[in-house]
Amino acid sequence: MSVLIGENMVGGYGGADILRGCTVAVDEGEIAVIVGPNGAGKSTAMKALLGMIELNSGSVRFRGKEISALTPQARIALGIAFVPQNNNVFTNMTVFENLEMGAFLREDDISETVDQIYQLFPILAEKRNQLAGELSGGQRQQVAVARALMSQPSVLMLDEPTAGVSPIVMDELFDRILEVRQAGVAILMVEQNARQALSIADKGYVLVVGENRHTDSGRALLANPEVRRSFLGG
Amino acid sequence: MEILTDVINAVVLLLNFVIVPALSYGSQLALGALGVTLVFGILRFANFAHGDTMAFGTMITILATWWLQSKGVSLGPLPTALLALPVGILMTILILVITDKAVYRYYRRHKAVPVTFMIASMGVMFMMNGIVRFVIGPNDQRFLDGERFIIRARDFKAATGLSEGLSIKVSQGLTVVIVILLVIALFWFLQKTRTGKAMRAFSDNEDLALLSGVDPDRVVLVTWIITGILATIAGTLYGLDKSFKPFTYLQLLLPMFAAAIVGGIGNPVGAIVGGYVIAFSEVVVTYAYKKVFIYLLPQSLEPDSLLQLLSTDYKFAVSFLLLVLVLLVRPTGILRGKVL
Repeated sequence: MSVLIGENMVGGYGGADILRGCTVAVDEGEIAVIVGPNGAGKSTAMKALLGMIELNSGSVRFRGKEISALTPQARIALGIAFVPQNNNVFTNMTVFENLEMGAFLREDDISETVDQIYQLFPILAEKRNQLAGELSGGQRQQVAVARALMSQPSVLMLDEPTAGVSPIVMDELFDRILEVRQAGVAILMVEQNARQALSIADKGYVLVVGENRHTDSGRALLANPEVRRSFLGG
Repeated sequence: MEILTDVINAVVLLLNFVIVPALSYGSQLALGALGVTLVFGILRFANFAHGDTMAFGTMITILATWWLQSKGVSLGPLPTALLALPVGILMTILILVITDKAVYRYYRRHKAVPVTFMIASMGVMFMMNGIVRFVIGPNDQRFLDGERFIIRARDFKAATGLSEGLSIKVSQGLTVVIVILLVIALFWFLQKTRTGKAMRAFSDNEDLALLSGVDPDRVVLVTWIITGILATIAGTLYGLDKSFKPFTYLQLLLPMFAAAIVGGIGNPVGAIVGGYVIAFSEVVVTYAYKKVFIYLLPQSLEPDSLLQLLSTDYKFAVSFLLLVLVLLVRPTGILRGKVL
């Protein structure tokens, strides 16, 4: 059973439906990647899972329980964390305070989680007292992922985590994400860098105009000649 | 030796008429500007009702002071108004929360643009102004009691043998001490407590704060509570120092906004810096320096005019001028706040 699943989702931002019956799911300890051309509804699908847009039909279930009526806040409290593509750190707060904010809903001691985060992202330990707004793009992205992980989520959703960072930083970020998967977290991401993302994906969804076009393991999709031709540039 | 006495006399003169008054006025402006900046940073609108919120809080404090005085309660050398402050603060918080529920919440739900909030706050301003004038009247009210001075000019002259006296009023000393304590408390709250951090996060990046589980209703409530505390204390200190007249509180809006913007709006440290910058500029520019120069210059060069850069009638022009200058040269303010 999937930890988080959005099934036959139909909806958009008012106006015309952007999602037209697509299904996206992710399991524990698994990386699911949503790829597709611009305007395919990749980010919209993720927002629908989080409750940031209302669905006209379809269902969103967390551990088998229907959650489509819940607010984004309530879904976050269940253990779903989200890293937005832009403005994803508190720029006027220190790295450590960003981590604290990530654990805002937790009432237990967070120092152990902070240590784990510092092991995962050593640069953040070094910069813990620096304002997040003063960091480089790649470092900010690490703060953004770290903030989300501080809530010890069972699902981590990332909206184009590698947008605008250098290829080296991208590889490093993907390495970190693989490490997070080891801890049993279900990871769902939307990615522009489809080839690299599918190479680490357990499951891949190719969306086209709000519908599932292909769904398979990441490796199988990379090997699929049609997917290669249409979406990966040969 | 005589030259030295002259210089000291000139310094005392400046202390008495420029530094001490500007310090206490600056502290009052700083508190007012802190309230303006908090509402701007967290609720994201320019709150034009802030001056009249101060007037409302002061009014309640005055009424409670009169009641205490009629019961024979006093604080000895300190003004009785200090005892009445908690009542003023509570009532102000109450009216702020009621206006939020009745007015601002509606616009928040509809995700109105900041300028709509600003116009709504002008309506609130007129309402509060009306209430205050209806209840206590438009005239000057005095409510200061207890000791008047910490240092009297006469005693100072007798003690030092100087021809210039230095006087420090109890209200001025109280203002500076209370503002320092309040600012320390506020910064401790914002930097160290869970709620304070949530407020900073909300001000920094509202969407991300919501994604982190911050409860927006709670942040709004706490913001109004702090605004009520700051406004009532600032208004009462100003009233003790000068006098209470509803209309002057409306006029205070300009220097307070100037202070918040000059310092960097949305930035609490900036509000404090801005408060002192505006206060010192106003006092320095409108003070008549004739006597100072009489002490400092040889008799043959004695000035005839008052040596006053600007008449006190134009003191509000100073805030305007500084405001325009800062917006032209450094729109983020001295300490980099948000751009309006």
